[in-house]
Amino acid sequence: MAGQIKLAIQHISKTYQSERGETTALADINLSIDENEFVTVIGPSGCGKSTLLNIIAGLETASSGQIICDDQPVKGTGSERGVVFQQYALFPWLTVRQNVAFGLKMRKDKSVAGQARIDRYIKMVGLSEFAGSYPKELSGGMRQRVAIARAYAADPAVLLMDEPFGALDAQTRGQLQEELLQTWEKEQKTCFFITHDVDEAILLGQRIVIMDSHPGTVKEVVPVNLPYPRNQETRLSEDFLAIKKHVWAQVYHATAV
Amino acid sequence: MQSELTLPTKAHKSKKNKPFKLPPRVKKMAWLTLSVTVAVGVWWLLSVIPSTAQSFPNPVSVAQAIGTMVGRGVLLSDIGSSLFSVAWGFIFGFVLALPTAILMAWYKPLENIIGPWIQFIRSIPPLAYVPLVVVSAGIGAKAQIIVICIATFLVMTVTIYQGVVNIDPTLIKAARVLGARDRDIFIHVIVPAATPYIITAVRLGATTALTTLIAAESTGAEAGLGMRIQSLSQTFDVAPMMLYIIIIGIIGITLDKFIRLFERKVTKWQDK
Ligand SMILES: Nc1ncnc2c1ncn2[C@@H]1O[C@H](COP(=O)(O)OP(=O)(O)O)[C@@H](O)[C@H]1O
Ligand SMILES: [Mg+2]
Repeated sequence: MAGQIKLAIQHISKTYQSERGETTALADINLSIDENEFVTVIGPSGCGKSTLLNIIAGLETASSGQIICDDQPVKGTGSERGVVFQQYALFPWLTVRQNVAFGLKMRKDKSVAGQARIDRYIKMVGLSEFAGSYPKELSGGMRQRVAIARAYAADPAVLLMDEPFGALDAQTRGQLQEELLQTWEKEQKTCFFITHDVDEAILLGQRIVIMDSHPGTVKEVVPVNLPYPRNQETRLSEDFLAIKKHVWAQVYHATAV
Repeated sequence: MQSELTLPTKAHKSKKNKPFKLPPRVKKMAWLTLSVTVAVGVWWLLSVIPSTAQSFPNPVSVAQAIGTMVGRGVLLSDIGSSLFSVAWGFIFGFVLALPTAILMAWYKPLENIIGPWIQFIRSIPPLAYVPLVVVSAGIGAKAQIIVICIATFLVMTVTIYQGVVNIDPTLIKAARVLGARDRDIFIHVIVPAATPYIITAVRLGATTALTTLIAAESTGAEAGLGMRIQSLSQTFDVAPMMLYIIIIGIIGITLDKFIRLFERKVTKWQDK
């Protein structure tokens, strides 16, 4: 699985200043992610997962350290890094198709190939029939599908996802997990996926980054050597359960402190 | 087999049960007509009860007042003069309010400085400072436009500001990671996200413009609906007064209807 390093997180620390003093959200985070690797991140609430993702995305600046993407230090947002947010963050005044087309519109890309890509990703997430609908007419699962299609259509090399399925019911979540797995197997992308669900972390990830809080640090990186294709049945295998036991203990231990 | 046989009977029955289904628009019109008819009836009643008859001239004499006022050559010029001041005062107010509100929402220091001014001046009824405006602008359209501009500017700034401040920051983040620059974020996120508030501001502004104008005119003007009501009151000429009051109401409701129509067009994406 060792490939070329796509994303390097080097000595990242983040301190927030507030009226009550300083909060160290992240302390010296180091992690290298290979090209096309799928990394999941799990850890107790408030351990700095979102902060780390925002720094990688370029939405926030680190107090120290740097992010290297394709051998270049990251300065601000960039179209090679796409983000899917937990709250979907669809533009409610745009239709499904206009939402998915937003990235290309910002790039002033009016090419035929671009338009075809928009339609392809809307089709991929199964929403062709709803291309002209507004987000308010869609269910939570459908909205998150649009957000995923929107991120894909902008054609990033790295996909950053912050608990994208956290607000969905178990059934829809399972469905979207499988769809995401299939998509990732088809069109390889480097994925950085935050979750608070141990099963989800194992099912999706090739490696699981377990974080600890106060301050946010990397506690352990667990490799997941489960075969592909993976689906919901994978969750019943012996290997899966063994990993689950281990990760569960680590995450639970961190929370109990 | 059986279901095949019963099906037509059922359909036939349900058809028979509701032979006259009025479309909702016709229904609405019917209710409105009834409402207006009852209103005129109540009005007529008030015009014959001795204790209220002085304030309520009967509907026929009010209708006749249309002819009288047109004959005197004032009705159309009064309406024209009032609408002129309302339109320009409102337009200036809006053109100033939109950038002010957005700048206030974007630059906190600006909000800290002028926010309190706006709150303070907004708490003063415009009628209180009309004489002060007249001192330098004179009696007439100019003073009225200035007063309406101030009043509408204040109410619209506050409303639009609220809208811009309440924009979900995740939407701005989402736009940024999709490659939007500051300018794109302004045009493609801030403005559409604030649109429902901007329209609410327009509606509040239109109402404010009308009320402020009537108040401003009654302290002195050459023409106008408010000025005419004031001058008619000198001679207790109640029929034309009632006519003018009704005209003001019609203008207000028409403006509101237009804005709502526009609102439905541009905010059909909104959750209700
Ligand atoms: N803008 C901010 N200002 C101050 N503190 C913040 C800010 N954002 C996050 N934090 C703090 O940083 C820590 C990590 O937050 P976050 O990255 O959201 O955690 P997670 O996503 O793992 O739940 C928390 O203690 C949180 O209170
Ligand atoms: Mg978070």
